[in-house]
Amino acid sequence: MSLTQLKGGPRDDAGRPRPTRRNRAGRPSAALAVPGVLFFAFFALAPMVLAFYLSFTKWNGLGDPEPAGLANWRKLLGDDRLTQSLTVTVSLTVVSWAFQTVISLLLGVWAAGRQRNRAVLSAIFFVPFLLSSTAISLLFYALLDPNFGIIHKDTLGTTSGAFLAIVFVGGWQFIPFHTLIYQGGARQIPEVLYQAAAIDGAGRLRQFFSITLPQLRNTATTSSVLMIVGSLTYFETVLILTQGGPGTDTAILPYLMYQAGFKSYDFGYASAVASFLVLAATALSLLMVKLSGFGAMRSTREGM
Amino acid sequence: MESYSRRWFLGAGTAALASVGGLTACGSSGGSGGDGTLTAFVYGDDAAKIQVKSVNRFNASAAAKKAKGSIKLQKVPATDYPAKLRTAMGSPNAPDVFFNWGGGSIKAYREAGQLIDLTDVIASDPVLKSGFLPSVLASGGLDGKNYGVPMRGMQPVILFYNKTVFEEHKLQPPTTWDQLLDINKKLKKANITPFALGGADIWPELMWLEYLVDRIGGPQVFEKIKNGDASAWGDPAVLKAAQTVKELIDDGAFGKGYSSVGYGNGGAPAVFAKGKAAMHLMGSWEYSTQLGKFPDFAKKNLGWCAFPKIEGGAGDIRNVVGNPTNYWSVNARTSNKDAAIAFLRDSASLAYTKELIANGDVPATSNAADLLDASPNPEFAKFQYQMVQQAPAFTLSWDQAVDPNVATPMLTEVNKLFVGKSSPTQFVSALKELK
Repeated sequence: MSLTQLKGGPRDDAGRPRPTRRNRAGRPSAALAVPGVLFFAFFALAPMVLAFYLSFTKWNGLGDPEPAGLANWRKLLGDDRLTQSLTVTVSLTVVSWAFQTVISLLLGVWAAGRQRNRAVLSAIFFVPFLLSSTAISLLFYALLDPNFGIIHKDTLGTTSGAFLAIVFVGGWQFIPFHTLIYQGGARQIPEVLYQAAAIDGAGRLRQFFSITLPQLRNTATTSSVLMIVGSLTYFETVLILTQGGPGTDTAILPYLMYQAGFKSYDFGYASAVASFLVLAATALSLLMVKLSGFGAMRSTREGM
Repeated sequence: MESYSRRWFLGAGTAALASVGGLTACGSSGGSGGDGTLTAFVYGDDAAKIQVKSVNRFNASAAAKKAKGSIKLQKVPATDYPAKLRTAMGSPNAPDVFFNWGGGSIKAYREAGQLIDLTDVIASDPVLKSGFLPSVLASGGLDGKNYGVPMRGMQPVILFYNKTVFEEHKLQPPTTWDQLLDINKKLKKANITPFALGGADIWPELMWLEYLVDRIGGPQVFEKIKNGDASAWGDPAVLKAAQTVKELIDDGAFGKGYSSVGYGNGGAPAVFAKGKAAMHLMGSWEYSTQLGKFPDFAKKNLGWCAFPKIEGGAGDIRNVVGNPTNYWSVNARTSNKDAAIAFLRDSASLAYTKELIANGDVPATSNAADLLDASPNPEFAKFQYQMVQQAPAFTLSWDQAVDPNVATPMLTEVNKLFVGKSSPTQFVSALKELK
């Protein structure tokens, strides 16, 4: 924009610079996207298409898949475990979102301060995110042992205990990441807003609710989309911590898929679950983008 | 989370692509090329060192030169083994020789025509024919035909007990169910959990049902189920066994937190070794597990006995459940069948048997009996050997005996019974639905 402005290029009625051929030429050529597109096509699209194809076949991993028509999809829609899995997946998503958002928002805003102790502590808080989910799950699996662990109760043997354990362990790992997002967001808030509020006599709490929170609107959307779409593919924690148990009470969709594919070797049915998961996740993220106005994101500094 | 989901998609994508590679290449010749090198897949735990030695010995032997072949051993990380084997067997990179559990674990491969029928090979080869205990050899087969050659130690499920705790409370190992209940009562009074149970892993729970069904209804009940008759789950013995489990749970025989205790991470063995629980129903590998984690306990205080008999039940106290052993099977698409079979003969050799014994295993070879004095614990080794040798019936672990697509929901139902999510009646009707 500045380039055309300086040269006094063409402007529309409102005085904004009009896009010119030169402007467009300044954007990177489409050819630069080729490696990314190929990578995505090969590692994401192709397997998705194959899984969709396999969902219409019967295949145990040996020999050739036999066409099975809609059998897998009929079985999926009639499966009691699908309803249960969906319920568990949705409640896990909602509870995880609430748990992680509240804590990472508070931590992020706190960490945005420039004090040295905050910088040191933030660095320490970030450590869990650097560990692999598998290592974290194994660690908590040992900590939850009722005889030698920290909680001397049958945590993983009860429905609510197992569920909360998954929420907590997931939170423990991903809160640092979202804290970082909120920290970045909070640091972007111009100091003048707080100074003006202080002159008007607003206290800390009032400043938080009237300035910080509204200013973090877009940050919250970004973080929430990542959390919710991420929750749908939550897997290692469930695999290691509960194996979908007690009974089938924490068997979320990805676990159901894994069980069908790599325990029962029913790859047709597993692919049907996988395809369903892709459809559900796509629909959900589209819905989120629509509802949150993420696509038409406006600046939080309008009018400044 | 973003990085996580991306990683997940990548993994899933690669797996899907790999399997498609296998798909399109199906029908082309398998094995690993024509240079005479055969691939063998083995379960990659500590004991695989014995197979490494066996392969080296074979590759240097005259038999290998005569068959113009050599073996390349590939150790597959233990927990991934079944899934990795399945993917490999559906691809052009299938192993020529592979480790398995016999029974249901090889059923799909037989149906896909991927196994060499070893019945005639074994019958015509004196080394293989007289080399192994017949009951163990038979357990590796399907429908009376042999598809595998025993290659590891026997793994019967045994009732282990803590000798110190038993002495302290003046108890004797139980031989009948009433004695067992009496012991439970005394132990609970002393605030000791009668049985350690790694319920988080589910398969330790299954062991209880396996023995109870055998003792109540005899081995033929599960034999029918194994042969594909799902209605046999309706046998009264299965319901009675489930009710007995429920009684034990309600009675506090496994303590309170058993569903959160794992076996694999050492939780259940530790409860047992530290005397918090007095007994532990477990596969014979419990001895080596304890030897690794609590050597003093394993050497001095670990006692063992058969699962008690149940009054009025049809099962013999000498019947055994568990994994008879592991087997080598041969891929039908191998490029050098002679070399593969020559390699299997090493499993019956004296050197191989000696190595297994030195590792604390009890081989299923017929020459093992006289060599057991060389075991790190001759008393335990002889007990195990006799237990299997004298068993009128050796029932393969249920989850290994049935097809994987039945085994997975079956384990889920077992877990539901143990956590109280389903009643014994619901348990039985859910199992009858499994096909």
